Amino acid sequence: MKYYGTTVGKSEQRVDVVGKATGKVKYVGDYHVPGLLHAKLVTSTEAHAWIKSIDTTKAWEVPGVRAIVLGDAFPYHIGPILADRPPLAFKKVRYYGEPIAIIVADSEHQGKLAASLVEVEYEPLPVVNSVKQAFGPDAPIIHEDLGNYTKIISNVYPVPGTNIGSHIKIRKGDFATAWAACEETISATYSFNLSDHAAMETRSTSVEINPDGKVVVHSCTQSPYTIKKVLNQFFNIEVGDVVVHVPVVGGAFGGKGTVQLEPLAYLASKAVGGKMVKLQYEREEDMITAPCHIGVDMTIKLGATKEGEILAGQYTFLIDAGAYTDQAAGITRAMALDCTGPYHIPHVWCDSYCMYTNHPFATSFRGYGHPELTFGIERTMDKFAKQLKIDPVVLRLKNAIKPGHTSPTQSILTAHNIGDAAKCIERAKELIEWDQNKETLVDENIVRSKGISLFWKTSTTATNAQAGVVLTFEADGTLNLNCAAIELGQGTKTVLAQIVAEKLQMNINDIHVNMEVNTQYDPHQWRTVASSTTFLAGRAALLAAEDAIRQLKKTAAIALQCSEEDLEVGGSRVYIKSNPQHAIPFKDVSYGYKFPNGHAVGGQVVGVGTYIQKHLTPMDKETGFGDVGPWWSVGAQAIEVEWNKRDCTYKMLRAVTVLDGGTILNPRAAEQQMRGGMFLGLSWASTESFVFDESAITQNPNFRNYQMIRFGEQPTEYLVDFVETPAADGPYGARGIGEYGVIGAAAALGNSLSRAADVELDHLPLIPELIWQTKKESGR
Amino acid sequence: MIVSNATDKTVKKLLINGQSHDVVIRSADLLLDTLRSQLGLTGAKPGCGNGDCGACAVVVDGKPMHSCLSLTIEAVGKSITTIEGLQDSPIQKAFIENWAIQCGYCTPGFIMNCYALSETYPDADDETIEEWMQSNLCRCTGYQEIKEAVKTILQIKKDQRPAQ
Amino acid sequence: MIPFNFDYYKPSTAYEAVATYQMAADAGKEVLYYSGGTEFITFARTNQLKADVVIDLKSIPECTVLEQNGSECVIGSAVSLNELVTFNLFPLLGETVKRIADHTSRNKITIGGNVNSRLIYREGLLPFLLADAKVKIARKEKEEIVPLADLYKQEITLEPGSFVVQFIVDHAYTTLPFSTLKKTRMSQVGYPIVTVSALKKDQDIRFAFSGVCQYPFRSFEMEKILSDGTMPEQDRIEQALSKLPGPILHDSYASAGYREFVFKNTLADTLQMMEGNQ
Repeated sequence: MKYYGTTVGKSEQRVDVVGKATGKVKYVGDYHVPGLLHAKLVTSTEAHAWIKSIDTTKAWEVPGVRAIVLGDAFPYHIGPILADRPPLAFKKVRYYGEPIAIIVADSEHQGKLAASLVEVEYEPLPVVNSVKQAFGPDAPIIHEDLGNYTKIISNVYPVPGTNIGSHIKIRKGDFATAWAACEETISATYSFNLSDHAAMETRSTSVEINPDGKVVVHSCTQSPYTIKKVLNQFFNIEVGDVVVHVPVVGGAFGGKGTVQLEPLAYLASKAVGGKMVKLQYEREEDMITAPCHIGVDMTIKLGATKEGEILAGQYTFLIDAGAYTDQAAGITRAMALDCTGPYHIPHVWCDSYCMYTNHPFATSFRGYGHPELTFGIERTMDKFAKQLKIDPVVLRLKNAIKPGHTSPTQSILTAHNIGDAAKCIERAKELIEWDQNKETLVDENIVRSKGISLFWKTSTTATNAQAGVVLTFEADGTLNLNCAAIELGQGTKTVLAQIVAEKLQMNINDIHVNMEVNTQYDPHQWRTVASSTTFLAGRAALLAAEDAIRQLKKTAAIALQCSEEDLEVGGSRVYIKSNPQHAIPFKDVSYGYKFPNGHAVGGQVVGVGTYIQKHLTPMDKETGFGDVGPWWSVGAQAIEVEWNKRDCTYKMLRAVTVLDGGTILNPRAAEQQMRGGMFLGLSWASTESFVFDESAITQNPNFRNYQMIRFGEQPTEYLVDFVETPAADGPYGARGIGEYGVIGAAAALGNSLSRAADVELDHLPLIPELIWQTKKESGR
Repeated sequence: MIVSNATDKTVKKLLINGQSHDVVIRSADLLLDTLRSQLGLTGAKPGCGNGDCGACAVVVDGKPMHSCLSLTIEAVGKSITTIEGLQDSPIQKAFIENWAIQCGYCTPGFIMNCYALSETYPDADDETIEEWMQSNLCRCTGYQEIKEAVKTILQIKKDQRPAQ
Repeated sequence: MIPFNFDYYKPSTAYEAVATYQMAADAGKEVLYYSGGTEFITFARTNQLKADVVIDLKSIPECTVLEQNGSECVIGSAVSLNELVTFNLFPLLGETVKRIADHTSRNKITIGGNVNSRLIYREGLLPFLLADAKVKIARKEKEEIVPLADLYKQEITLEPGSFVVQFIVDHAYTTLPFSTLKKTRMSQVGYPIVTVSALKKDQDIRFAFSGVCQYPFRSFEMEKILSDGTMPEQDRIEQALSKLPGPILHDSYASAGYREFVFKNTLADTLQMMEGNQ
């Protein structure tokens, strides 16, 4: 029986849409203040070179230039996992587009002109242009000082003298023995280049340093508290002196989770005596100067019985982190700890390498390594099914992970911490009509075919990741919801309001959601990443509501002359359970109760709730052993394509996502997330990739040449459904869902096109040229 | 011959959302930047600076334009409509009701383009809708809800027309 | 945000435009004619182009003409691509420019700007090459009308200070059967891997191409082979390919091999459409 239903489970309209539809809502770049100074970057035109000299003479001649900051202003390394990146390059540049100098000027055009006049002399070095090259024996070394970098978190293992920024191992069971015993084996290699998040809002920040030492940051970040941490940790500013403001964010997709431009704006402000300086990236900078999306080269080996019971799996991941490890070091770990995909594989051997190259550096991308991993896993499952002459769905069902199994890091899976993989794939199968016409010839040139994928993901938050919610009341009994979760399009603030409204049994429209985050008065929240907000902040919201209820009842008990146990809340009133007519409205108790004689009791109600992850551990260095995430969401995706034999072009028809998201708190919002996720995954898989020339110069750092799916090119239909196995720990049984729509999309597309074209498509993006090329090479 | 010289800024009049506004511009200033920084009309968003994404779209003399691809001085003497001039329109309602908004950054551009389309071709077929809307990028939604919103608007336009 | 400053002029006659150009050039300034301005802005923004003086041609009435004038179809160089589509005086031109950039950009991009682009595509030229168009040029002393073919050597070559005022197409060409096909890497919006435009005059099919080589071109040699009905279609295509004026492009949108594959398919489609018209 459902124990909710006032607002949870209903498609409540998002709280942020009226402001967005009218263009009135302000993003960080929309604020203009008189006297604001503008920072512009000088960026590297080489991918790997010594900096011989920097001549700023001509730049200084431009009117309005107030400061020019060079790398020697801060010759230290920063980073979220391994501190390996100077915010401004000094001595050396390691990628095309790397910041070398900051111009601070009265107006943006002056800064831009001055930036174009800075003359940098380079001594070019041989470039590392692929992960394979980086891993090879004679590769140029990108970080000579790798052994001396500070580790910010424990699970990072750089290998000095190489280009390996981190090496994560999984050793589960006895792989070698199991492998030798396998009757059927398969080995396959997949690869794709780096790409971009391409959020519509480019990254933007402003920083000022007040005379009292307060550093005030406005940013479009997913991680305001991490900005505080970075400025404290690396710039020695008292953490309490950093205040970060975040309005709504114009899309992030993981790209705004790391801290890249705020330290630059801080150095710029410092150079002009603390005046407010704005640094807003143009699209080209946002694509290559700021961090992008990893590339991967991976080899997957599976061994099974003749009947298709998978016994052993070996996984080798070479992750193209670009010039600095940033979150790619964490992704290296995330791909390892979920390396098998949602399959029960008793013997696992995984080596996941975070590789330095001279490409733009990469950070988290929606799915944190899982869309990339899943492409390899699920393509291999399809090939293995073909080899074993088993239907791909049957092979997946046979090996699907279930409660009682263990994850690659040997976490025990229970009915509470893992969703129902089998149910997801069965439902996806129905929606895509898998059993009917897997391949159909529409006419002599057009083939219709289907592909399916299964996926999972756990969220590897910090082991002490947490969130808090504070509820305050207005005089009319409505309430304010304050939480440091960032609204970046995913609808998180609406869902939090639903959780509070449900608990308080009140109308959601009587909850005012504070969209802006201010680190000075909002309770601490880890970050808005890793599909963790509904879970962490949602639990905090529940507790805050409970706290408010307790206080409301306490005062109401005095007013209604009864005991607190007799009371219940609902409809913005506190009422007596046995006689609901006997009630007092919130407004008469939320600011304390005033007796007719003027005496007052109770005081205002402030509901506070906090929640912290529990029982998570780091991974063991040698085996990977550890409890790394709170739960695994699982899901299945499928797509039908119409492929043209003659010219290798294709159209996407039906695209299916079925996710076990636990309880779905807001169905329309959840569907939005699934469709949008699938779209992002399909756009990446079908067309997105950076192109590097032989000098590792990015050829397409703009939307003209970096192509994405446009209106009309999306699948003709998205079909979304949910399996709702409640998560024991989640608010009202909900799991995180934000990233999941993206995870299996590339794999499903790869599988359907491989089937249509009758070749194995193992690289991305799946442009017609790739299919043509693959067919040509395979002689078909 | 209209002249605006390089060294000094000049005062020009722009007709925006039915009102005349004085702006002080360089000849190199772009309409997008003038709208945003001088007039506080920040509904038009910078997305690519290159005319590739449509986030900066405004309507100039009835036509959708990338305001990042227009000099401010080119807009003198023309009638400009921005999202701020379109309050409480059924288009905004349709975007809300069809769940066509997530992060909202592309929304004003889409709405302005849709507005121009519905004014120009209320009978637009799917091909025309696609041709027009391909000028705008959205990264969040996957376009399905936006397509539904656009179709809703065109239907409303059709329904509103007196029978002939 | 354009980093540099420039003087902006908006003359109302071609004479005034040329005189302004001359005056500024004589003063040692870098001068540019400006039409739609989309390319100027994108290049200026990224420091790939600079100018001291910009002369906007959009207020010159001659440049905004779009009319049927007796037996001639006159197209001003400052007419926007979308206007060409809407008024459709020359359907091949309308269909071809309809695939340039995106719809919103086409409200700003002009035909004169497109054919004088610094990029290699300039698809707007193809219909004019096929229709033996003439161009009206504003020069220092006078305006004159010359065949496009005389000026077009991989690009429209004009002495500094001159500019294209109008394109003039014999009306007869605007009613001929045609086809125009653009193929891209993936998204419909984007530069062409191949654009093939064709026009059938009498029994001959004329072909012009963009995206295949370093510049748009029309090739009489290729036309002769492609129109030779005595040969099987595949042979015609293979032979025509050997007459390309330069190597097939190889770039980040498509390898030369794939481009050749697409080119052949597109030629076959074009032939089928044009010969099916009989």
